[in-house]
Amino acid sequence: MSIDFTKRTCYTADVEKMKAAHKLLVEVPFKPSLPERGYNNRSLHIDLTTMKVTEKQVTDQMKQIFIGGRGFGLWYLWNAIKPSTKWNDSENDIVISPGPVGGNTQYPGSGKSLVVTLSPLTGVPIDSNVGGYFGPLMKFCGFDAIEIQGKAKNDVIVLIDGQKGVIRIEEAPLESPDSHIAAELFTHEYANDHDDLRNVSVVSAGRGAEHALVGCLNFSWFDVRRGCTRLKQAGRGGIGSVFRDKKVKALVVHAPPVKGDMNHPVDIDRIAKVGVKLHREIHDNDDKQCHMRRQGTAHLVEIMDAYDLLPCNNFQFGKHPDVKNIESKVWDARFTQGIPDGCWYGCSMQCSKGADGHVVKSGPYKGDTVTVDGPEYETAAGCGSNCGIFDRDWLLEANFYCDTYGIDTISFGTLTAFVMECYQRGILNKERTGGLELSWGNAAAQLELLHRIARGEGFGLIAGQGIRRMKKIFSEKGWGDLAFLNDIGMEVKGLEYSQYMSKESLAQQGGYALANKGPQHDEAWLIFMDMVNNHIPTFEDKAEALHYFPLFRTWFGLNGLCKLPWNDVEPADNAMTSEPAKVPEHVQNYCEIFTAITGREIDKTELIRMSEGVYQFQRVFNLRMGYGKRADDVPPYRSVGPVTKEEYESRAERYDKQLKELIFVDPAGKSVDEKIAIHRKYREDRYQKLMDAVYKRRGWTREGIPTLETLKKFKVDFPEVVEVVKHHISKI
Amino acid sequence: MKFLKTDTSACSGARACEKACAMTFFKKEDSAYSCILHQKASGKSDLNVCNQCGACIEVCPVKALSRNKLGVVMVDKKTCIGCFMCVGFCPTVSMRRAPGSREPFKCVSCGACVKACPSKALSLSEKDHAGLPC
Ligand code: SF4
Ligand code: SF4
Ligand code: SF4
Repeated sequence: MSIDFTKRTCYTADVEKMKAAHKLLVEVPFKPSLPERGYNNRSLHIDLTTMKVTEKQVTDQMKQIFIGGRGFGLWYLWNAIKPSTKWNDSENDIVISPGPVGGNTQYPGSGKSLVVTLSPLTGVPIDSNVGGYFGPLMKFCGFDAIEIQGKAKNDVIVLIDGQKGVIRIEEAPLESPDSHIAAELFTHEYANDHDDLRNVSVVSAGRGAEHALVGCLNFSWFDVRRGCTRLKQAGRGGIGSVFRDKKVKALVVHAPPVKGDMNHPVDIDRIAKVGVKLHREIHDNDDKQCHMRRQGTAHLVEIMDAYDLLPCNNFQFGKHPDVKNIESKVWDARFTQGIPDGCWYGCSMQCSKGADGHVVKSGPYKGDTVTVDGPEYETAAGCGSNCGIFDRDWLLEANFYCDTYGIDTISFGTLTAFVMECYQRGILNKERTGGLELSWGNAAAQLELLHRIARGEGFGLIAGQGIRRMKKIFSEKGWGDLAFLNDIGMEVKGLEYSQYMSKESLAQQGGYALANKGPQHDEAWLIFMDMVNNHIPTFEDKAEALHYFPLFRTWFGLNGLCKLPWNDVEPADNAMTSEPAKVPEHVQNYCEIFTAITGREIDKTELIRMSEGVYQFQRVFNLRMGYGKRADDVPPYRSVGPVTKEEYESRAERYDKQLKELIFVDPAGKSVDEKIAIHRKYREDRYQKLMDAVYKRRGWTREGIPTLETLKKFKVDFPEVVEVVKHHISKI
Repeated sequence: MKFLKTDTSACSGARACEKACAMTFFKKEDSAYSCILHQKASGKSDLNVCNQCGACIEVCPVKALSRNKLGVVMVDKKTCIGCFMCVGFCPTVSMRRAPGSREPFKCVSCGACVKACPSKALSLSEKDHAGLPC
């Protein structure tokens, strides 16, 4: 198919008129600077209630213990809020920080911003890792982080202009909040000329985030080949909802033109050496390995299907005969090929694929021609197979609208799958959904639900609150049994699951349910190691993996790094190393670039220690907000084993075999219900044992509380942290 | 398209080309600063230099690479953001990075090495480079 990738509906015709309607509220000058050794040593604080703009110093202690990115976000949030704070209280803080490594242009995957806020879904801090140029460009204006506190009266934008040395807060009444338009407009409003467009990046949400609690943020960059803004999402945990609650329409950064040495690293040759080596590795191996450059993460669809791991019909089943309609071949053909698709400079992995020329078929933008950013695997599985939908163009439609409305595709997919199962089982019906026939595979109804969520209308208002609140509402209305809703509602801590089946991998059940922020696989993805390769057979082995990998992956978030170039391409000889799952050569690369930028010499052991302080601190933060205990780490049974007869029967052979070989029960003569009950007891018991082993390995009590020795060991035994923990330990 | 044609059978391994190139652009003699490199592969001389195929043009995220009027692929240093993806993705590994530098460098078909070569192993050719995408 040949699609003109430069052709799309133009939204910038009235850009001058829109800019002229802005009302300046505050203008504060600042001295633009560039980082030294990866840090500017200052951050920016904006209070939208008082309209005060202040600078804060980034201290050596912050750099030593919290490093940057997610660490800075958690530290600032801790200081901004109280234990009683709710997500929509004025003091809730949105913190964006790229970390010291972020913004280098040589090592693939170095442009991530980490966003931290108090989540409306979980009541504990959420952290989200997002591409786009905002974080690095903000750093090149002179700030290691930005905090947004307070609430504005009317819709505002915050501008950081590092070319002019000025911060402005402006009321911006005319621009659409929807991201595919907002990003385009604000980029054109603040760029000096065409060549300057790529020095602007916009953070925005959309009208959906105004009504739903599953709102996301979009971070933009200007794609010079397509001639349009592209979007990446800080998807998880409802950050977009907090953003719109504060009446922020957009954050805009306008930075000086980027060069390759703007972090002022200690040793640029050392970074360039490993950067070029990885570019070459991707050049040589990607075609033979993951095809990230052509398909992005969507290459995973049929692999997951083949291993019975692709969530279908609300995680009931792991494969589907129609998968061929949404598998990698389809996306390979639909994505525009041959143009750079990195979400930051220097990412030769280029997974940020775009489907150009999508003609919108529903909702407010019906008839427009747009570029859809994605779908990535999570969207294809969440909005697709998990809802029984196997239609390429409807998936593009869902992807487009989720993004532009500021709705997280992962939560939307998982919550719609839950709604569809409730519909299948009569917990919901047409009257209760306002006439929507939410049966498996009904893509048009899925989109209509999305539009209603975005408008905050009828059943859409309920669905947009996420699974945890829906379960409560459905049971209070007497529509369904709470215990069953708890079994099939795929959330832990209030956050919807991302799109992998964990039923046959105990380690991954822990990877999801033990994650600090809720069940997102960016803490640990252990399914192949555990289920396929059986490399971590004992509870202790699994606990070790659930110590190492969450900490290793936390480190990406401290530094502004993307996880994908770590193991979505591997050195040709990786399998021959002693620990292939860790990709030792790439771990060494990370030590090299961190040291080459900051001058702080680290090795692979120190790397884990750096993460551990922040990780333990985040656990205590959860406790401080009233969660973070054993009971909060328990997964819904749907993620652990078969809830229903259909699920059991779909894998009867496997489950019967397990009864015999693992549980030593003869399945002959037993009813399916009996067999389900035996499995459940065995599996839930195993999960409890896993928790014991993991807590022990992490230095926590049996209740999941970090001990004082643990906090001390990782130097996060600040008096106010110790206070929280003491309170809980003394209660035991 | 103007490109540097190499005749490895004539090459005596004097490495005069490397010195001439490094001197022209960096005022240094070190081959780390030369666009053309003499390498020995299984005992034979091999000359590695850009053939102006143009593959790197597509790789650049900011359109800093383009052909000039003569068809020579040039790096626009003002636009370049120093990612070195072009270095990693050149099919013949002929795009290079010099120590300490922020941008890559490559052969621009200037001919300094042609004059320096004692064995007449190098020449500038104007002909189309058959088989290569341009
Ligand atoms: S691998 Fe993909 S998501 Fe990660 S930095 Fe590169 S383009 Fe962005
Ligand atoms: S540098 Fe490499 S890719 Fe670019 S024109 Fe020369 S040979 Fe081709
Ligand atoms: S190093 Fe410069 S010329 Fe080469 S790909 Fe990157 S931006 Fe383009």
